[in-house]
Amino acid sequence: MGLIRDLSIQISQMLAVLLLAPLLTGFIRKAKARLLRRQGPRLLQPYFDLVKLVRKEAVVAQSASWLFRVAPYIIFATTWVAASLVPTFATGLLFNWSADLIAITALLGSARFFLALAGMDVGTSFGGLGSSREMMFATLAEPALIMIVFTLALIARSTQLSTVAGFMLSPAVGLRVSLALALIALVIVAIAENARIPVDNPSTHLELTMVHEAMVLEYSGRHLAMIELSSQLKLLLYISLIACVFVPWGLAPVAAGFSAHAIGAAAYVGKLAGAGFLLALFETTVAKMRVFRVPDFIGVALMLALLATLLRFMSRGL
Amino acid sequence: MPPAGFLLGDAALLALGAMAIVLGRGRSASAFLYSGALIVSLLLFGAALSRLVTAAEPSTLVLPIGLPWVGAHFRIDALASFFLSVVNFGAASASLYALGYGRREHEPSRVLPFFPAFLAGMNLVLIADDAYSFLVSWEFMSLASWALVMAHHREDENLRAGLVYIVMASIGTFALLLAFGLLAGPGGHYAFAQMRADAPSPLVAATVLGLVLVGAGSKAGLVPLHVWLPLAHPAAPSHVSALMSGVMTKVAVYGFIRVVFDLLGPIDWWWGIPVMVVGAATAVIGVLFALVQTDLKRVLAYSTIENIGVVFVALGLSLVFMANGFSVAAALAMTAALFHVLNHALFKSLLFFGAGAVLTSTGERDMGKLGGLLNLMPATGLFMLVGCAAISALPPLNGFVSEWLVFQAILLSPSLLSWALKLLIPAAGAMLALAAALAGACFVRAFGIAFLGRPRSSAAENAVEVDRFSLTAMGALAVLCLLAGIFPGQVIDALTPVVRDLTGANLVSQSAIPWVSIAPVAESRSSYNGLLVFFFIGMSALLAAYVVHRLASRAIRRAPAWDCGFPDASPLTQYSPDSFSQPIRRVYGNFAFRATERLDMPPPGELRPARFKVEMVDIAWEVFYAPVIGGVNRLATWFNRMQFLTIRQYLSLVFGALVFLLLVLASWA
Amino acid sequence: MDRLDFDIAHMFAGGLVLVSFMLLYQDRLYALLNMFAAQALVLAVSVAWQAYIQDAPHLYITAAITLIFKAIVIPLALHRIVGRLRIQRQVETVVSTVPTMLAGIALVSLSMVVMLRVTQGADVLAREDLAFALSVVLLGLLMMVTRSNAVSQVVGFMSLENGLILAATGARGMPLVVEISVAFSILIALIVVGIFLFRIRERFDSVDLHALDGSKVNRI
Repeated sequence: MGLIRDLSIQISQMLAVLLLAPLLTGFIRKAKARLLRRQGPRLLQPYFDLVKLVRKEAVVAQSASWLFRVAPYIIFATTWVAASLVPTFATGLLFNWSADLIAITALLGSARFFLALAGMDVGTSFGGLGSSREMMFATLAEPALIMIVFTLALIARSTQLSTVAGFMLSPAVGLRVSLALALIALVIVAIAENARIPVDNPSTHLELTMVHEAMVLEYSGRHLAMIELSSQLKLLLYISLIACVFVPWGLAPVAAGFSAHAIGAAAYVGKLAGAGFLLALFETTVAKMRVFRVPDFIGVALMLALLATLLRFMSRGL
Repeated sequence: MPPAGFLLGDAALLALGAMAIVLGRGRSASAFLYSGALIVSLLLFGAALSRLVTAAEPSTLVLPIGLPWVGAHFRIDALASFFLSVVNFGAASASLYALGYGRREHEPSRVLPFFPAFLAGMNLVLIADDAYSFLVSWEFMSLASWALVMAHHREDENLRAGLVYIVMASIGTFALLLAFGLLAGPGGHYAFAQMRADAPSPLVAATVLGLVLVGAGSKAGLVPLHVWLPLAHPAAPSHVSALMSGVMTKVAVYGFIRVVFDLLGPIDWWWGIPVMVVGAATAVIGVLFALVQTDLKRVLAYSTIENIGVVFVALGLSLVFMANGFSVAAALAMTAALFHVLNHALFKSLLFFGAGAVLTSTGERDMGKLGGLLNLMPATGLFMLVGCAAISALPPLNGFVSEWLVFQAILLSPSLLSWALKLLIPAAGAMLALAAALAGACFVRAFGIAFLGRPRSSAAENAVEVDRFSLTAMGALAVLCLLAGIFPGQVIDALTPVVRDLTGANLVSQSAIPWVSIAPVAESRSSYNGLLVFFFIGMSALLAAYVVHRLASRAIRRAPAWDCGFPDASPLTQYSPDSFSQPIRRVYGNFAFRATERLDMPPPGELRPARFKVEMVDIAWEVFYAPVIGGVNRLATWFNRMQFLTIRQYLSLVFGALVFLLLVLASWA
Repeated sequence: MDRLDFDIAHMFAGGLVLVSFMLLYQDRLYALLNMFAAQALVLAVSVAWQAYIQDAPHLYITAAITLIFKAIVIPLALHRIVGRLRIQRQVETVVSTVPTMLAGIALVSLSMVVMLRVTQGADVLAREDLAFALSVVLLGLLMMVTRSNAVSQVVGFMSLENGLILAATGARGMPLVVEISVAFSILIALIVVGIFLFRIRERFDSVDLHALDGSKVNRI
């Protein structure tokens, strides 16, 4: 019985993240537009975009290799697997133990690795530009993420995400400076990794300012759809991660009943909407940085995360 | 197989080497020799692996050769069997690769005799059980590899590489000699068994630790003793480069483990700190330099330095935990170190083979002249991709597992009591995370520039796939990278006897955990399942592809690249290796390589081309080597005067020396 | 002590360290002054909270002094001076930001190692406050060492001072002496700041303002 329940939770989680990801993006676009007093596209527009892209023929550059055609699926698969291992509305995921936080970080690293390779595959200058910058950002963002994981793992004594979330719900956690630092760092990393303003602009196609868009410049049709979907999934993943660790209220515990799960789902949707609105608000109030300011920005995340691991020894750690 | 069998194998290898001299330059000589080496290495590998898996008792052998009152001691324990397996597997794959690659060697008589000798030397180091045979084999290994580095000695660069290498190797051996001298003590107990029995005083032990760090570290490539490695490893023929980077550095790691964990006796609390600090610095500096190289083989050589750094961080952690009495944590860190040793041997050999294949089919090592090879060399490209992903620590491949284990060991640090260690170990973890991320960037760059994009030269345009032997060797290694990544529990279990010998504890048996997960400490704390991750990724990718192709469109159209409306530009407009690393060079340049960029932009109207020049300095050269070289030069000039003395002056020198020695003798009592 | 009380005190003290780091990160003078005001504000709140949980009314006075002088008067005065004298608004650094921040992290861990080892067995809150306070002091010193601009050096000095106040607050048992010395040090700081600024003003008056662009002239 327990197995079936856990399996159904796992499967519904996998489908939920897949289905909610475009909606989240649509919601953020809508919120941003309304904040700028524009009408904005429909809430469901990303779904229509994806469907349209999938049904078009794919144009592939003549110099592209097989990697170019395979990479979108690998990127999508790794991102999806990572996203379905982050507890969204319930902690009792069946395959929770198959990858911990470090592995989730590394799965996102795999997606980035293949995306950067795909950017270089056609052999255009913009692709290389995007890949090179993306990897430069990653060299700071990834260690920052690992250090955040360290902070959480040192406090919760586990790298297992469900255990961490359980610990965060318990009264043992208390208020800690290191957690606050980790939260700030995680938000910075999330902004940088999802190519949001001020690091990158998700809606730009101005050649010299783009990073993520430059890598996927040559993609079209179903390949572009897979890549778009994976970046939407990635945004959802980061928000779920922040929600699950720092705002874990409402998460249905292991072996909870149906009502707990319903509450969890409602809380999750609420959290997504809140985070999406905050992101839209933030994006409308800041300007994009120039590329060589970005390392300073992400470097702050790395410093804060490092400081968080050190300050962990204060407070309850004493 | 007892030590005698291994000695026999080594003798066979040496005989092969001798035969190569007799056979000379013929094409059949190369085939004969490499297949002989392949068979012998496979036999030795099988024997060592069976000893490791069955956890055989150590067996010893004493031969009446070598120093008359010592004899030559040989012993194979779990540690030696593990490293014998790694070395002989690397040797076997290199021999297989060389069956194809070696055919195009233009100076076979400079490679063939030394190749088996090099293999024999490494094997002998691992089974030596007294200081004398250890040092002799060590030196034999160094000299054989030096001869291989010098195989193509007509290139100026190789000459310099050989010179730096031989000097550094001599310094290393000298340090080891002193270390063993101190360990042997005034009694002159050169056999390892006796060294193990008597523990040296703390001061002596600390000195030995320092000397071994220098001796083994210089061979392994620890910063700041690494400068020879990126010169020497790429200079050798590619299969030898693979052996030197993938395997010989492991022999150095073995030397370190053997002396520090086995011979040196009880561990002081602070020993792990220098090891960890040096390891972390090595990891970051190594990979930063790998990121700015344009020579493909040199990229790989610098990345070897990084991986050695990772291994030494894990060893340092193990020392720290052992000294503080946390033997399970020590076992975890040691498992991580050994696992990474194995992983690095696998993927670094694979990558060097790939670089060799590229070199064979294009004649180029400079990445700025490559590009688009994935279309022309699909199999090599695929295997290289696996190697690059594995070394970048991406799941579900093997590099990730050892990295994950190191991180798990780091996360056990709060149980330590010393505040300095509690704060230092996460900082080392941060360095490792940084190194891992940089390695990812480094191998995106290496693979992306060499194998993707459009060919940057006619040599790259005309590349063809390499021979079947090379492909088999690469394919086998790529498959093993995947297997070790999805069945890590089996590897960890195989390492158990080694770890138990060294740290006195072992991890829980991983194969008992259901679903081939690994959970080094406890499942509530952390677990990872490579197989499931692999399965999930594969399934979701296939599912997505199936759904999209089936329900939507599968049409494809080939067209010129769009490139934001600038199609059909010259391939030279692609990002070059230098431009790819430029952002990273700017971010890390100041404190790592003191990069200075100079731009010479002529004013409008002038016809001379604009020039952009980047200069980078390896700080290790400036700080450590330049003064030493200057000192040696000054000393040499000073001694030069001795050449022009009169006979009377020479005689008075001899006379003075005699009187001095007599005085020393007189004051001795 | 109540856990929650302690947690909140911990958050404020830790926040002070964080703000000290953000001081190091700023590269505009106005932002630096605002951040300094924020630091003083955090300190004032922290002191007030400790006054509340330690039941030590005299600490409220310290909090008030901090709030009025350091969070309002001094930043405002510096703002005005920077504006009126048209000092270059960029913070001139001797060492660039990233190594400075790394050094800052090293200093924080150093102060933790030292303080936690020395104060073994003492009250948890006092231990923590001392470690944080030493970090803030060292970060202030670091700022003075790595910034060449007079105003940012003044800010570094005042931030160092803030660390001392935190230390004094956390260490219970010597309230009166601490109180006096804190007030005294604020006084001295004010005088020092005054002298600094007068000297700057003198120099600025005597030199052509356009020539002040470089960093050499307004270095003290």
